[in-house]
Amino acid sequence: MSARETTMTEIRHSHGAPAADAPPALPRLLHGIRAQGASTLAEHLALHGPLALGGSGGRRRHQREHAAALIDEIELSGLTGRGGAAFPTATKMRAVAGARGRAIVLANAAEGEPASLKDRTLLETLPHLVLDGGLIAAEAVGADELIVCACSSAAAGIDAMEVAIAERADELAHTAHAPKVQLAIVPSHYVAGQETALVNFLGGGQAKPTFTPPLPFEQGLRRRPTLINNVETLGHVALIARHGSSWFRQLGTPTQPGSTLVTLSGPVAHPGVYEIENGASLSSLIDAAGGTTARVRAALMGGYSGAWVAGERLGGVALSKEHLAPHGATLGAGIVLLLSEHACPVAETARAARWMAGQSARQCGPCVHGLDAMADAFDAILTGASGARGMQRVEALAALSTRRGACAHPDGAANMALSALEVFAAELADHARHGPCESCSRAGELPLPLRPLDAAEQEPAA
Amino acid sequence: MSHRVLVNPITCEAHGMCAELLPERITLDEWGYPIIDDTPLHGSQVEHAMRAARACPTFALLVQKERAPRRERTPARG
Repeated sequence: MSARETTMTEIRHSHGAPAADAPPALPRLLHGIRAQGASTLAEHLALHGPLALGGSGGRRRHQREHAAALIDEIELSGLTGRGGAAFPTATKMRAVAGARGRAIVLANAAEGEPASLKDRTLLETLPHLVLDGGLIAAEAVGADELIVCACSSAAAGIDAMEVAIAERADELAHTAHAPKVQLAIVPSHYVAGQETALVNFLGGGQAKPTFTPPLPFEQGLRRRPTLINNVETLGHVALIARHGSSWFRQLGTPTQPGSTLVTLSGPVAHPGVYEIENGASLSSLIDAAGGTTARVRAALMGGYSGAWVAGERLGGVALSKEHLAPHGATLGAGIVLLLSEHACPVAETARAARWMAGQSARQCGPCVHGLDAMADAFDAILTGASGARGMQRVEALAALSTRRGACAHPDGAANMALSALEVFAAELADHARHGPCESCSRAGELPLPLRPLDAAEQEPAA
Repeated sequence: MSHRVLVNPITCEAHGMCAELLPERITLDEWGYPIIDDTPLHGSQVEHAMRAARACPTFALLVQKERAPRRERTPARG
């Protein structure tokens, strides 16, 4: 395995020296971040230099050429979306740019996955980098509005972004064709950040997915073409626009260039958000976090819609699409959850399955019933009530939950359940036969807020 | 030009009419929601599919002409 060792910066301990030059290595996004609080506009400009919105002053033809060149550069960089789907960013931008009507850009930080903290971290620490990326994206697709969508649970991020938008008001007022920039606060439940749910919510509806087509890039918010990019993706866009695609490709793998933010949790000395080179080894990430504090039983890669990978297979794992594929896993939105040997993997999976069921938008029958039944099936295994049939039941329910919802939420829950069947086969069989183990009564290790959808919906959306 | 059957899972309320009218393509799961074979319909099935779509009380069953791209599924998280 040719995992490339790399240095990583833990956010709390990062002290990058300000420099206007492109940082050649890591950290990139997290370069020069403060130990606490957000970089001010002055600090941001000292570090990165001014943002050249090249086409904004010139004639319309010049603008169009500049926009096309921006998208070309992003295409050359090979940047893919960091919200979990890893869709090529330039392809998305080109589709929006080519759609009929004036576009809108949504900077998506509606981070409903409790195991991910990177989006709120970016809002909290680097709001101007996010805004730069949003402004460039708006220029690239010809948008006249940029809406930063923050998760309602990210209070510090919301505050920092409010201040940052106010700091930019002057600059934007004096820039021709600058988009109107707003902040929207989105409910904190899991599917609220899904693209159609975001469009639905901002349009006055509930933060729940809708049935597509049309997809948002054709007809999104107010029926206008809508570009929805994760805020980390936009952070990379801001750097690519300044330093170019070749610079971006100096890190990462040929198919997955650049760096990625990863939220690491579990039995490590310093859990948190790290910037890694794509393709870095998992062990280098764990080292950067101060090493493990207990033996690792398994990892849930990609979060609660991701896949379990057994601890004994983690040694050689590199954090790239190609290296994770044989394990049936992806990094998703950059999430690595480690489970210690002290935890019961069956109890943890049952909790995760119940949580995913609770996060259903409760719109599509197969998701409502399938995910509840899947959580029930894991509970029955856990308590020894299911007998040997319990695992077959989970498998059948996973099949019934796949590709049958308006969004991929049930698919994600099924994916996680199926990986548990494989990785924890022995433990599941043991519980199904003999009931709870000694570790079952321990408090859950996986970070799962008790946040049912209905409660989240009632949160004030200012 | 071929046709496919698909369901809007949000508006579907598990009335089950579709499985009655198009059993060659649609079965019901244990909760009464349709499990659909979405491979292209044979010529003679198109009219039956259309009839099933018209009979759906919530208009959740759709017959899609093949030329349009197949429904892209959006990721649960953008």
